[in-house]
Amino acid sequence: MSAVTQDTAVSTGRAMRVLIYLLLVLFALFYLLPLYVMGINSVKPLSEITGGNMMALPQVWTLDPWRSAWSTAQIGVEPTGLKPYFLNSILMVVPAVAISTIVGALNGYVLTKWRFRGDSWVFGLMLFSCFIPFQIVLIPMAVVLGKLGLAGSVPGLVLVHVVYGIGFTTLYFRNYYAAFPTELVRAAQIDGAGFFQIFWRILLPVSGPIAVVSVIWQFTNIWNDFLFGASFGGTSQPMTVALNNLVQSSTGVKEYNVHFAGAILAALPTLFVYIVAGRYFVRGLMAGSVKG
Amino acid sequence: MSASTAPDFRTRLQDWLPKLVLAPSFAVTILFVYGFIGFTVVLSFTGSKMLPSFKWVGWENYAKLWALPAWNTAIVNIAIFASLYIVICTLVGLMLAIFLDQKIRGEGVLRPIYLYPMALSFIVTGTAWKWFLDPGIGLERVMHLWGWESFSFTWIKDGDMAIYTIVIAAVWQTSGFVMAMFLAGLRGIDNEILKAAQIDGASNWQLYRRIVIPLLRPAFLSAFVILSHLAIKSYDLVVALTGGGPGRATEMPATFMYSYTFTRNQMGIGASSAVIMLMTIAAIMVPYLYAELKEKK
Repeated sequence: MSAVTQDTAVSTGRAMRVLIYLLLVLFALFYLLPLYVMGINSVKPLSEITGGNMMALPQVWTLDPWRSAWSTAQIGVEPTGLKPYFLNSILMVVPAVAISTIVGALNGYVLTKWRFRGDSWVFGLMLFSCFIPFQIVLIPMAVVLGKLGLAGSVPGLVLVHVVYGIGFTTLYFRNYYAAFPTELVRAAQIDGAGFFQIFWRILLPVSGPIAVVSVIWQFTNIWNDFLFGASFGGTSQPMTVALNNLVQSSTGVKEYNVHFAGAILAALPTLFVYIVAGRYFVRGLMAGSVKG
Repeated sequence: MSASTAPDFRTRLQDWLPKLVLAPSFAVTILFVYGFIGFTVVLSFTGSKMLPSFKWVGWENYAKLWALPAWNTAIVNIAIFASLYIVICTLVGLMLAIFLDQKIRGEGVLRPIYLYPMALSFIVTGTAWKWFLDPGIGLERVMHLWGWESFSFTWIKDGDMAIYTIVIAAVWQTSGFVMAMFLAGLRGIDNEILKAAQIDGASNWQLYRRIVIPLLRPAFLSAFVILSHLAIKSYDLVVALTGGGPGRATEMPATFMYSYTFTRNQMGIGASSAVIMLMTIAAIMVPYLYAELKEKK
């Protein structure tokens, strides 16, 4: 993708350029607006929100809403704050991302370097599974998790996310490894290297870019998931479900500032990953799946 | 594959290893995806209420489903939502991509700003937009405080207009991502073609209409597939932004399925609505994936 840095050859007049810049900046403001509103209102006392202007900077700066959202806010019936749910999400995301990425890498390796009859059917079936509306599996999944004794537990959620994540991770690694010269694998085989040795020594060292894509993709999807968390979370609900409970709770005064602080807490991990590694994500995607 | 004449255990193991490694994933996919789809399809023909039962009722659930006002609302809403969402996201994404492609200073700053909403959970997006659009504390009140007394924006409380607030929030979340797809497409276009057309006296407008946009066809197709898929699955955003309300005004197939299955104990009807969602997505995805896979061989 050497052309990625190349701008168009089209040239535009001065007036047009002013208009373009104006529009681009306006859109940037549009995208930043909700973040700004959440940010400044999460450090205001409640009276300034209900009695003041949502767009104005706080007159009194306070971190109480953040403290409350983290450790004392009422979530459902317990005044635990979002902390335990944040931990649930971490405990769910880390193993689910790790397992699905490793499995995806191995699958991609087999599907490109150890091809067999019917392998494209196997891949096609796995690929389609990425795009099903998850409503179609909710009922049987609830039954199976119940039978396995995993309903309402973090391991149950890990299982669900691994199962419905390997389609995407396999897709990413398969497309990436497809561009890797198979002759190198054959040569190593002739030298007596085994299946795992080849993977470990030859494929894995060059897998950095696509591993980043897979990890970011899985991390964002699993962290942001609501449907599975709400359906199978039980007492181990992830962050998104807890945030929704906090915001939708109909008892007591609506503490908007606490809601905003909670929303930012829920958004921080994915925002952080995006800010740190977002560039590599776009680059890796272009190296891998777009060019296939 | 290793072509040994007298295969000992080790080489035979090496032959089987790739398939052994792939087997668990394949088995899991067959069971948890296709087996489960089969299970749900079967349930949609049974009289399941709170728990799955296997009392066969034929097409009864489907007949009931299409007679339900709530399902009809959901279908009308998804049609409005999906068409507006897809069209607006595509237009905004294309426009931003074309403008960003004009040797813009600060592209490196603007691009991540356009893209970051995609990293957020729809629950976070919904929370933010819910209060921003709330007449009591949000935009309407700000306009009043700034002196525009007659300003009124109560869509989120209005049964006829609430669906459009979901469009606003959803466009906010994904249009930047569509922009990135178009930008990648634009950067892949050979500048020589553009220069040749310019020498022939084509105006910028003609250049984009006649040459660039037709060349972006693959990007349009991927954008359409991804956006329609996201639209049909949209559940969290509706839950967080309107909760399906006011009343049932913003009911969507995904929220309908959930409430009928898990809170109204009409599992058979819930299953049949899920089957219809799957078939809609399959009608879009299968031809696309088939064409993609075929091309790559």
